[in-house]
Amino acid sequence: MADTSYKAGVKEYREKYWTPDYTPLDTDLLACFKVTGQPEVPREEVAAAVAAESSTGTWSTVWSELLTDLEYYKGRAYRIEDVPGDPESFYAFVAYPIDLFEEGSVVNVLTSLVGNVFGFKALKHLRLEDIRFPIAYIKTCGGPPAGIQVERDRLNKYGRPMLGATIKPKLGLSAKNYGRAVYECLRGGLDMTKDDENVNSQPFMRWRDRFEFVGEAIQKAEQETGERKGHYLNVTAATPEEMYKRAEFAKEVGSPIMMHDFLTGGFTANTGLANWCRENGMLLHIHRAMHAVIDRHPKHGIHFRVLAKCLRLSGGDHLHTGTVVGKLEGDRNSTLGFVDQLRESFVPEDRSRGVFFDQDWGSLPGVFAVASGGIHVWHMPALVTIFGDDSMLQFGGGTQGHPWGNAAGAAANRVALEASVKARNEGRVIEKEARDILTEAARTSPELAMAMETWKEIKFEFETVDKLDVA
Amino acid sequence: MSTATEIGNFETTSTLETFGFLPKMDQNEIQAQVAYILGNGWAPAIEHEHPSRSFDHYWTMWKLPFFGEHNVATVLSELEACHRAFPDHHVRLTGYDNYTQSQGAAFVVFEGRG
Repeated sequence: MADTSYKAGVKEYREKYWTPDYTPLDTDLLACFKVTGQPEVPREEVAAAVAAESSTGTWSTVWSELLTDLEYYKGRAYRIEDVPGDPESFYAFVAYPIDLFEEGSVVNVLTSLVGNVFGFKALKHLRLEDIRFPIAYIKTCGGPPAGIQVERDRLNKYGRPMLGATIKPKLGLSAKNYGRAVYECLRGGLDMTKDDENVNSQPFMRWRDRFEFVGEAIQKAEQETGERKGHYLNVTAATPEEMYKRAEFAKEVGSPIMMHDFLTGGFTANTGLANWCRENGMLLHIHRAMHAVIDRHPKHGIHFRVLAKCLRLSGGDHLHTGTVVGKLEGDRNSTLGFVDQLRESFVPEDRSRGVFFDQDWGSLPGVFAVASGGIHVWHMPALVTIFGDDSMLQFGGGTQGHPWGNAAGAAANRVALEASVKARNEGRVIEKEARDILTEAARTSPELAMAMETWKEIKFEFETVDKLDVA
Repeated sequence: MSTATEIGNFETTSTLETFGFLPKMDQNEIQAQVAYILGNGWAPAIEHEHPSRSFDHYWTMWKLPFFGEHNVATVLSELEACHRAFPDHHVRLTGYDNYTQSQGAAFVVFEGRG
């Protein structure tokens, strides 16, 4: 290379960054982008531009390139595929050498892969569909503070999904009244309750007051039911310093778990908090406010499966995944695809679920999938079928909207959940037999009978906006 | 809004985790859950504890987990033997899953009189 001379000028990206003969290394980080180029630009040139702009390239040749071995550091576009049913776009596969990224930093990975390249003029739209993290990189990340297996052991919850609720109304309650709502849910049979994501430390309820009353609610419910309970105290705050202060106090009041919003709070804060939780024996629930801004448009942004993978690396014991059946967006196969990424130790490529790469997670602990938003007892058999045992099913309005109050609403959901799990274990196809199973269970639970009557007409049937690409 | 007389009153009770909100299972229902544990290849295990100590993580084991046991009837008769020996204790059935290093199932089969 030493005999290469320096020629100034604007370059054709494909000369350097389009390498169709390249076989990716096991240590490469691989990415699949859905690319919509400007009409007159060839696909190879656009794909190469994406690889260049997300790795070593800049628009003009610079002399200092010759001081390093760019052949080693450059990203390579190595494959192009048609997008089924969309003639305007194509998939571009890019391989990045592992040394482009700082160890243990999803922040650094995302800054490269979804940085300036998304504003690039040669592109009409760009979407990051999937990342294959090499196991060598995964081994540098802390991951979930506890993971599914440890959480089950600490909380003594086995053989079923866990049950929760977000406390409502989401804003405006005083700390003492809020603690009452928590206590009622927990004594009624929920395993855990949750701060709404909007609840941080507003004038109507400062965080310290909330934490104290909620701490008492958890302890009283545990004593009376003989079951382990928790409440996700939201420690998301304006600064990391404030976040850690709240985390310390959440531990002090005796909650086993706290929560954080990983996108609005940011990956730096999230990774730091996950490390803190691991060192302090606390579980970490992760909410995903702002995700739909990033992931909902089918041609722009980052697919949620990538955000979910990044969260598993950054650290969290629970992550919201949508419900498939409730009020919020979510295609069933696509959801199952990223739920696997949260919980399994190996996930094979499966285009029918939107999974573009084999992904080896090694020994990184698993994350509970959280289904929350517009769900009620009638959905229970479907939810148990879709999400399986390693999930957290959260009914907010579906608990606290019960005509007899939170405790009765919680009991109704708990009976419906246990009846569904019991029937599943007996070999029944519970999604199909939902009505029979719930009706049988309601015979010995007036709370469930009332809940079934209350929510019998509620449905959320709209077309999914972000569908998987199929012809 | 319901009137006061229409509103049910929910009493808190000790519910002992999974299946604690369902009616007491009959013999056939217990049998089906044992079959589910065996069918998954999990090792059935029995433990018992006095209700006053039921919040503890560790209950006293009844013998050892029944590794390699394929017979539902054997597990049922061990459950009953444990219950006869400790009528005042809760008796819990667990299915140990050695792949996840967790318990695939765990529920109280007999509640102790305390």
